[in-house]
Amino acid sequence: MSIHDLEKAFQDKIDKEIKIEPKDWMPEAYRKTNLRQISQHAHSEIVGMLPEGNWISRAPSLKRKAILIAKVQDEAGHGLYLYSAAETLGTSREQMVDDLLSGKAKYSSIFNYPTLTWADMGAVGWLVDGAAILNQVMLCRTSYGPYARAMVRICKEESFHQRQGFETLLVLSKGTQEQRDMCQEAINRWWWPSLMMFGPKDSESTNSDQSMKWKIKRKTNDELRQNFVDMIAEQIKLLGMTLPDKDLKWNEERKHYDFGEINWEEFWNVVKGNGPCNKQRLAARNKAHDEGAWVRAAALAYAEKRKNKLNIKAA
Amino acid sequence: MLIPNPQSPIPNPPIPNPQSLIKATLSLADSTLILGQRNGEWCAHGPILEQDIAITNITLDLIGQARNFYQYAATLINQSENKNETEDSLAYLRTEREFKNHLICELPNGDWAQTILRQFFFSSFQLMVFEQLEKGVDEQLAAIATKSIKEINYHIKWSSEWVIRLGDGTAESHNRMNNAIDALWNYTGEFFIPADYEMIDVASLKVNWLEKIKTVFEEATLSVPENTFMQTGGKNGIHTEHLGYILAEMQSLQRTYPGAEW
Repeated sequence: MSIHDLEKAFQDKIDKEIKIEPKDWMPEAYRKTNLRQISQHAHSEIVGMLPEGNWISRAPSLKRKAILIAKVQDEAGHGLYLYSAAETLGTSREQMVDDLLSGKAKYSSIFNYPTLTWADMGAVGWLVDGAAILNQVMLCRTSYGPYARAMVRICKEESFHQRQGFETLLVLSKGTQEQRDMCQEAINRWWWPSLMMFGPKDSESTNSDQSMKWKIKRKTNDELRQNFVDMIAEQIKLLGMTLPDKDLKWNEERKHYDFGEINWEEFWNVVKGNGPCNKQRLAARNKAHDEGAWVRAAALAYAEKRKNKLNIKAA
Repeated sequence: MLIPNPQSPIPNPPIPNPQSLIKATLSLADSTLILGQRNGEWCAHGPILEQDIAITNITLDLIGQARNFYQYAATLINQSENKNETEDSLAYLRTEREFKNHLICELPNGDWAQTILRQFFFSSFQLMVFEQLEKGVDEQLAAIATKSIKEINYHIKWSSEWVIRLGDGTAESHNRMNNAIDALWNYTGEFFIPADYEMIDVASLKVNWLEKIKTVFEEATLSVPENTFMQTGGKNGIHTEHLGYILAEMQSLQRTYPGAEW
């Protein structure tokens, strides 16, 4: 078959909603786009452990401590499934991790913001996981089979995290004045960065059209962002808090909330490495990796010794 | 003729007085919480993702065990002293001198060798204690022990495998294991020095514990140090300098916002 025929057969499959599997023929750009997206997603899970891990030692009750530890551990598990899904596209986890550590690969910019108070654990769960879920629910139907299946598992846990985040804030919202202030202040800081998680506007997004055609994505950045605003603008009423956007208003005609303009200059700055914690996050990952080098080497050496012993016994 | 068997089960001690039971329960709670707090520092910083998950799992088990003990201690205190203690007031509002954990639990994590070796020492001891609690007179402690033993068996399996892997891995990992033994060994004696409130005869557990350690060390090509001086004090509230910092951090929100619900 010519490339043209292969490409046509590939697109036909996608149009018929047949999942693409690792051994199937696929255009190089499809492979690369999926690899980039899945590995970025895996890196985001791993880097995302840092801002939340920051509060494990200070969680204000034993129950909250246990919930937070379990949550951060879930993120590590998500990272594992996603690295495995990405490996089916022909790049080793080691290579992907190296790309993260060298700064070549990206991860979600949201994790370059600091977690400054306990309320941030609630705001991150509710807003950041909430935004991530909208994207991930869509990805449960993405065209690449291993990614779609990883997403189904991850979505179940993420929606649980979002509820926990909301519940953390709900308790604060009913607490002392200091707790209510802490809650509002965390929402103020996390709201706009959460909106940025959906990426540039559709008119500015370079990868969007092809990704839609290949059904890697099924909704555009702006559609997902609007869904998020509509969801959160309702949920916040239950907290008795406000979103820091004077332009936020229900639009009866559109049947959606209108909302204010995102600070895109901030968005691009954080993407380029100028966020409050970019250097800190990458340094923490590099430190863990470097300090773990001798442990990984020892595990490998020991496994090798055991294999040799077994071989001698067998012979 | 009946020959006394040194391996025979230790007879159940008499029912302890309420104050001893409270102190003993708090001591069990404190050791698991403080070790959990230390292990939790690894979360997101482990040497490899799978092991980050494993040590975090152990952390979760330890915090879970601590909660069970604190909840029981709170019930006992409230019954005998007409107070209103909770698991959180006991964990977050007691001072260094009131904590009764083993010193080894509060030591800094050091490197991965030191962390997994401490886990192996502690879990191996903990299993023996919990097996006694399971057979003991206090039903609630027995129930907590039964529930925890399943977890502890896994902790021992995991940590002993790491002791062997690092001991018999590379020259560097072997050296690091020796350094870890050097750093931790003289904190293991405290396990077996009884405190006046303890309900089981901890001194009697030493032989079997040492046997377990020797077996694993042998496979790991490591040696048990000759009897050395042992540090003690934790079970009676005399701690290392480290505990104050652990509590300052752990208790910060409860101390800053007294009475708030979280």
